[in-house]
Amino acid sequence: MQSKKLTPRDFASPQSVKWCPGCGDFAVLAQIQKTFASLGLEHEKFVIVSGIGCSSRFPYYINTYGFHSIHGRAPAVATGIKMANPELSVWVMTGDGDALSIGGNHILHAIRRNMDLKIVLFNNRIYALTKGQASPTTRLGVVTKSSPLGTVDYPVNPVHMAAGLDCGFVARVLDTDARTLNAVFSKAATYRGTVFIEVLQKCLAFTESEFNDFKDKEKKEDISLYLEHGKPLVFGKNKNKGIILKDLRPEVIEFEPGKVPPEVVIYDETNPALAYAVSGLNLPSFPVPFGIIKNVPKPSLIEILQQEADERKEPELKEILGGDAWEKE
Amino acid sequence: MKENPSDKKAKSVPLESATVLFAGDSGDGIQLIGHKFAAAAAQEGSDLGTLPDYPAEIKAPAGSLGGVSGFQVNFGDDNVMTPGTKPDVLIAMNPAALKVNLSNMEKGSILVLNSDNFDSVSLKKAGYESNPLNDGSLANYRVVQVPANTLTEGVLKDSGMSKSQMLKCKNFYMLGLVYWMYSMNTDSTVRRIKKKFKNKPHLAKANAAVFIAGYNYAEATQIFEARFQVKKRKLEPGNYRNLTGNEAVAYALLTAAKLANRKLFYGSYPITPASDILHTLARYRGKNTVVFQAEDEISAACACIGASFAGAISATGTSGPGFSLKSESLGMAVMCELPLVVINVQRAGPSTGLPTKTEQGDLMQAIYGRHGEAPLVVLAASSPADCFDMTLRAVRIAVKYMTPVVLLSNAYLANGSEPFRIPDLDSLPKIEIAPPPPPDKFQPYVRNPETLARYWAEAGKKGYEHRTGGLEKEHMTGKVTYDPKNHAKMCQFRMDKINGVAREIPPTEVFGDSEGELLIVGWGSTYGAITTAVLDAGKLGFKVSSVNLKYLNPLPPDFGTVMRRFGKVLVAEEGFSQLRTLLKAHYMIDGIPLNKVEGMPLNSDDVFVKIKKIFAR
Repeated sequence: MQSKKLTPRDFASPQSVKWCPGCGDFAVLAQIQKTFASLGLEHEKFVIVSGIGCSSRFPYYINTYGFHSIHGRAPAVATGIKMANPELSVWVMTGDGDALSIGGNHILHAIRRNMDLKIVLFNNRIYALTKGQASPTTRLGVVTKSSPLGTVDYPVNPVHMAAGLDCGFVARVLDTDARTLNAVFSKAATYRGTVFIEVLQKCLAFTESEFNDFKDKEKKEDISLYLEHGKPLVFGKNKNKGIILKDLRPEVIEFEPGKVPPEVVIYDETNPALAYAVSGLNLPSFPVPFGIIKNVPKPSLIEILQQEADERKEPELKEILGGDAWEKE
Repeated sequence: MKENPSDKKAKSVPLESATVLFAGDSGDGIQLIGHKFAAAAAQEGSDLGTLPDYPAEIKAPAGSLGGVSGFQVNFGDDNVMTPGTKPDVLIAMNPAALKVNLSNMEKGSILVLNSDNFDSVSLKKAGYESNPLNDGSLANYRVVQVPANTLTEGVLKDSGMSKSQMLKCKNFYMLGLVYWMYSMNTDSTVRRIKKKFKNKPHLAKANAAVFIAGYNYAEATQIFEARFQVKKRKLEPGNYRNLTGNEAVAYALLTAAKLANRKLFYGSYPITPASDILHTLARYRGKNTVVFQAEDEISAACACIGASFAGAISATGTSGPGFSLKSESLGMAVMCELPLVVINVQRAGPSTGLPTKTEQGDLMQAIYGRHGEAPLVVLAASSPADCFDMTLRAVRIAVKYMTPVVLLSNAYLANGSEPFRIPDLDSLPKIEIAPPPPPDKFQPYVRNPETLARYWAEAGKKGYEHRTGGLEKEHMTGKVTYDPKNHAKMCQFRMDKINGVAREIPPTEVFGDSEGELLIVGWGSTYGAITTAVLDAGKLGFKVSSVNLKYLNPLPPDFGTVMRRFGKVLVAEEGFSQLRTLLKAHYMIDGIPLNKVEGMPLNSDDVFVKIKKIFAR
């Protein structure tokens, strides 16, 4: 418990922040500081672990324990920290290149183990720190420094991947959407198991306009699907569109505003199959889902280990070393 | 009183030591009976060395030359330090096992052959055109034919087992014969068989019955013309057990964590021949022992570094290919100055190489194999039991100097076993962890003036919140900085800190006279072979001494002086002159090379032959 009530400012780091002015990372930093202050844990109980990339500078800018590790390996470092001291609240800050390319294997296994790590993936759809190469989330055909003729690799949809890997808690937020960021981080912080949050975050240097449509008052409502547990999947500027499932296949229907037909899906974030289907929705045929996509409780690795340790009597070192020894007199 | 025919016929022959090689198909249970024999010999008071040698394939084609598995045991008095060179007795379960090993048998040695398996199909698989049992090709050996299949079936005919189940017990028939040959007590082994098969009592019963029947067969039939009494070792009083190098590493890690009063974190990815460390520790998973089977080698290393950041004694075991994968992580541990022990159980490379075979080819990689100036401590173990001491030492240095330490073992030490005296835990010095200065005086890169180590303020400790990582750090504050002078200073600190570990190295022990004509220098696992060769050479009047290096980085500070007291230096290693190059660079001493790169351990004959050549010049 906190000895005095902490504020977001208590989590500010003495080191000057070196992201480009106006970068979406600032907004996430502010929300994380706010979330940490609200959790009732002391500074020293938080550990932020990152890999390599712009977003991976995160640990330097928050006054907790922090580890800026090597490219792609943050989930592995975080796993060691969490297993060595399960009392710690361990957060992994990673990017699209870090998590989905060089570190793909570790993401898979952090999710598989339900490691009780909070993974925040900053997706700017570009390798920004190395100055503008295509990343695993760069859209097909986009021109970058490493794809002057346009990319030919299909992009990964991070939340669809995480839901497919049976991650228990999956969410997507937009860097500028403070309200959703706050709601998602608060819920994620208390979820016991691996959390996977994708933050769509523009890069001022290389993908400045990438997510503009989601922020444009005229356009955003028609291309964004804000998920709310127990509420129908309705979107559109006039709240006149909804998602139905026809033979398990999502389809968009239109209706008269205010008269939501019964076949429009009522969202249930605890339904893994529905979460998987919705996590895969994407432009141009569908709106992009935001908010908590999946929230299914299951015992974390830490809980499984703790239960085992509570139930089992550990042998003393003397007995272990003794083994099948004999005595020479 | 019943007359015992053996008292009349077989003559009793005393021996200082004996070397037995069990060989058969990889599915014949050769490793099992080899281990049982070694455990019993150790318990009877013999010193011993073992060499398990098996194919990488789990079930190589039956009867093929490539599928032959072997287990060699050398046992006897205090001078036994290796698995021996040429076996006195070969137990071959099939023609392939005979063919693969015969070239290493001296004329006049004993061949115990399972004659039931010398049928035309098996002979053909082994590439024999005629049957060596009756074509006269074995005339120079003492051949003992045992129809082990028939005899085993005879023992188990009323057991209700199928024929193939019965035949799986035939290895124990041969084992029983060997016990009789070496006048060994069968009781402890019967107990071990019962323990091994405790969940399958019918197999315990069958194997024990076959084992005893083998022993009685030798006694009753007088197939051997002599029975041997092998000398024992002069053991200090204490509790003993037979340990492999890998087991010794695992037990030492548990002990180290206890002595440091910290959790143990062992993170590892399965790899031959290091996996037994993981297997041994996994049994003891609990509140104080965290065992993590990682998704890959990099994850294993990084999780250990994370655990170390959180205050655990952390270690990872691996072998060549995995060690390569861990290089980047090791650089990070150097930069973050966190304690970490890496046990590299070397195997023959390059690449996948010979995964089950031994070598010493990773020395340079351990010392230099990282990008940038990334010094760390490199140690080596000299025998299976020494793996315990050196692992403890590795942890002590890692914690005291806040550095990664690489401990070099290899397949030979990892799988080989020898009697190990269990230490009295209360008599082992505690592993002291220097407490960091009070929070208001603490900065992440404040250093201990004596060791130059920074302090270990583990994540979760109140008042010590700090950030670390792979970017260069500012002296004292640990802030990220690109200042050139600061980089130079920090590189120098890291280098000086590792060089300072030299103060932990005891004075170099020379085996034999401390000056003379020839000094043989080896490192790690070649200790036994080189020492045995020095003893053999001494018997012929050659004045030879030897040194076994266990501190490879930094090297012992007195080692240049030690070498200069000798006319010549012979550097013997299982690799192409990596140590010799190192010694030349450090001391400008140009050693004579003895390189063996066969995936097999250097043996005393290899060294002895070289000594004779040097003195003949």
